[in-house]
Amino acid sequence: MTDTSHKPLIAAIIPAYNEEHSIGYVVMNLLEVAKTHQFNLDVIVVNDSSTDNTSQIAAKLDCILINLPSNLGIGGAVQTGFKYAFLKGYDFAMQVDGDGQHPPKEISKIILPALANEADVMIGSRFLEKSGFQSTFLRRLGINYFKHIIKVFCGIRVSDCTSGFRIINSKALEIVNSYYPDEYPEPESVIQFHQNNLTIKEVQVEMNEREGGKSSIRAFNTLYYMIKVTIAILFTYIRLKKHKIK
Amino acid sequence: MNVVPFRIQIITIFITLLFLIYIGRLIVKGKLREEYSFFWIVLAIILGVFSIWRDGLDIIAKSLGVYMAPNLVFTAAIFAIFVYLIHLSIVVSKLHNKNKDLTQEIAIMKTLLEDLHKKELTDKSENNQQLTKEHGTER
Repeated sequence: MTDTSHKPLIAAIIPAYNEEHSIGYVVMNLLEVAKTHQFNLDVIVVNDSSTDNTSQIAAKLDCILINLPSNLGIGGAVQTGFKYAFLKGYDFAMQVDGDGQHPPKEISKIILPALANEADVMIGSRFLEKSGFQSTFLRRLGINYFKHIIKVFCGIRVSDCTSGFRIINSKALEIVNSYYPDEYPEPESVIQFHQNNLTIKEVQVEMNEREGGKSSIRAFNTLYYMIKVTIAILFTYIRLKKHKIK
Repeated sequence: MNVVPFRIQIITIFITLLFLIYIGRLIVKGKLREEYSFFWIVLAIILGVFSIWRDGLDIIAKSLGVYMAPNLVFTAAIFAIFVYLIHLSIVVSKLHNKNKDLTQEIAIMKTLLEDLHKKELTDKSENNQQLTKEHGTER
């Protein structure tokens, strides 16, 4: 453990809610990738008070397990990981979904450019080149809608702002330590990063369909999701704009 | 002035008093925080004033140009309810955020504590191993 201490420390945060079928696979893969590329990487599993055996399974794995005493939702769970990483002084924090959507061979694709300081925030995108699992038509429509909204508010192009596959550096970590959006954090946090003058870059990755578990966005509340995120983006923009002027 | 409204006047004064006593009891017992009781005390006082001052409602309605006094009551009441609901939403949002922060803090502390505990155990066993001069290569 001591011989890699000069290398930047990476925290791989896995928010897990009822992921007993996939969590083992995801953690093992991450550790495997870290070993082959010799990353100095710790896996942090944030168990969002799952009702299944996620916690027991994760406890047996070689990872840091944070058990939330009550369910906070994806945003709160990821932020817990960020807070822990900030407290422990990690140089980078990566978010990986617990459902096996992010294939192991893609992990190094977002870590390497981040380590090379290409941007403060690296986002793994499915849509830069069309390959891999492309999601359903309706979902792509939604993602496109957000792409345009973000373009209007930030003037930057983010082709896959709902992607939970991202890595941020210590500068961004300090920001998300104090505030991170709650319910559907991915599109909102893009605005947040931009308003805080962080550079955002996307890398093409391929994603699988989820191994197990459910998407946090189910069909019947899609409309709620769209409206909520739109409002959230708008107000994040206004709030942070004011903050900037002060 | 006929006699019939006199009866309702007594009833309303009585109910208002009961209401005030109930609010007071809740505060004393610590079931209602003072800052949230403010709204209810003011409401009870307004009710009390209008049950004692019988012509008050008509006079105020007329001076505001409202032809039917009950309409003024409904408008004012609905407005007050909306404002109070917004206030409650703010309170809930605040609680939600505080609750989230606490949950996160507790979870992180628990993890750190377990780490410390594990470290202590391994340190102890390492010490024991050193005592018997048999320390292995694992850390």
